[in-house]
Amino acid sequence: MMEPAEADGKIKRLTGEEIVSLFRERLGDGVVDTRVDVYTNGVRKKPFESVWIRVKRENFRDAVKLLAEVHSPLHISVASGSDIGDEIELIYHFQVYWGMGGGQISVSIGSRCPKSDPRFPSVSDLVPGAIITEREKQEFLGVVMEGIPDGRQLFLSESLPPDVHPWRKDEEELKKLEKYIRNVHDEGV
Amino acid sequence: MSKCSYTLPIGPVHPALKEPTMFKFVMDGEIVKEVDVQPGVNHRGIEFIGMRRNPLQVLHLAERICGICSIVHQYAFTMASEKAAGINDIPERAQYIRTIMAELERIHSHVLWAGVAAHELGFDTLLHWTWKLREDVQDVLEYISGNRVNYAMYYQGGVRRDISPEKIPRIKEMISAYRREFQKLADAFLEDPLFKHRTVNVGVLTKKDALETSAVGPTTRGSGVPKDVRVDQPYGGYADLDLKPCLPEQMGYPNTGDTYAKTVVRILEVGQSLDIIEFCLDNMPPGPIRWEMNVNKVLMHMKKAGGEAIGMTEAPRGEMIHYVRLDPGDENVSAWKVRASTYNNIIAWQKMLVGAQIADVAIVAASIDPCIGCMDRVTVVDGETGKEGVMTKEDFYRLSVRKTRRLRRMKGKPSGGGW
Repeated sequence: MMEPAEADGKIKRLTGEEIVSLFRERLGDGVVDTRVDVYTNGVRKKPFESVWIRVKRENFRDAVKLLAEVHSPLHISVASGSDIGDEIELIYHFQVYWGMGGGQISVSIGSRCPKSDPRFPSVSDLVPGAIITEREKQEFLGVVMEGIPDGRQLFLSESLPPDVHPWRKDEEELKKLEKYIRNVHDEGV
Repeated sequence: MSKCSYTLPIGPVHPALKEPTMFKFVMDGEIVKEVDVQPGVNHRGIEFIGMRRNPLQVLHLAERICGICSIVHQYAFTMASEKAAGINDIPERAQYIRTIMAELERIHSHVLWAGVAAHELGFDTLLHWTWKLREDVQDVLEYISGNRVNYAMYYQGGVRRDISPEKIPRIKEMISAYRREFQKLADAFLEDPLFKHRTVNVGVLTKKDALETSAVGPTTRGSGVPKDVRVDQPYGGYADLDLKPCLPEQMGYPNTGDTYAKTVVRILEVGQSLDIIEFCLDNMPPGPIRWEMNVNKVLMHMKKAGGEAIGMTEAPRGEMIHYVRLDPGDENVSAWKVRASTYNNIIAWQKMLVGAQIADVAIVAASIDPCIGCMDRVTVVDGETGKEGVMTKEDFYRLSVRKTRRLRRMKGKPSGGGW
């Protein structure tokens, strides 16, 4: 692990757009889509940036390694996940340039995997703080985090069979949930 | 597992907890060797419910995730859904009111924590005194919003209630009352020899571990990691303040990451919150408090809009993040992920508990401010004989109190504050 940047000026700070260009340059076709959102706050209209990068599944680990080159150690906030029809999307929300008195950039790296092959590379070895959120994604979305050091069930009750994934939204999963959640069809998907 | 070690399960559930947790300790005599945390025993599936509701309904759901820091969940969800729907011009006055509410809540949460920490060590007079102190800020929260727990102040595009000029003197009165009591609060905890004895070098989180585990809030700041969303990525009224993260060294205590250091951080933050509230009251911009007065119009706008965003706030316990995705034409929130601060501190917790004494488990577990109530049932299994016995939270608490009394006798003098 690299030493953290203690103060401003020790490392070269990139802007959101520069981070995007770096990813496009280094990962080439692996980058599917990018976006930089800028938000202003307060009377002073002070801006901060939120960068969104979507990559192919096979490039996901490289993308996280590349972000660690931007600012290390990486701070992971959480990984969010959702069912988007035939695919499952996972987005890892990282923060770079923290602890510098301002200018922290949120970098969200997302990737998708088909429901027919729900495998996803784990990054818990690169970012140890990711383990809790990866364990959660496994049980709630039914993705298999490949290489996860500890893949046990975390939040869901032991009485819920391991093949029930509450955040899946397809009819097949809803049928499985019927047994455990009252009026699940009234709730809709 | 060595011959003399045994497993000590603690937990799993207590009604007072926002995140009930089950601990499994592998003990060697009185020392914790390994820890496994198994949360989720009372997982309520709030995200599941939220993904079947519209953003205005989710607002109320978000506020009910936590009974102590309810407002920061609503704050994070409001910001995430506003950004996802492209509502970016939030009135400045509303941004300031949001900041004031969030800081009032931080004071109440930190003072509440201080009381819990005192109770875990057996200082019940101090518990009652700090909770009496907390009533002042609770009264002001009620004065502004009409509520003591779920304030229902925020919604997409602004806030529901204004802080009108005639309300300001009452809030300022509270600020001066806290300033008068502040030194007493700091002394009661930080100058007491017994409190020091129970917290210094207890439950240490090293800076390296804090960085590796992405720990957040006072837990990480106690170890000298200057992470604070209000400073790193200022949102709302915080953008106009030049804040610095509170670290123990500001009070002349090294950033050791022990329980004492975390206490120092929280006490410093109470003072910082008072300054922030005062700044916001003095510099409150004029103007409207809502982007759109008609709630139905807000809802219609969000129904048509599509997008995704994250909302981040600094909760009393640390960074809090909500992810929201809205699909055009779909009234409901399509994706919602809530990440409360304790979620990121679980792994740090494990690191802190290893090496702790059994009687210190209560205060170390409380040091990340998770609501210690989860320890309501403890089964002790003797590894050699397989004999089981049940310890309640009461037994556990008694062990902790006994240790304080033993130390007091050993020191041969009463504790500093006279309580």
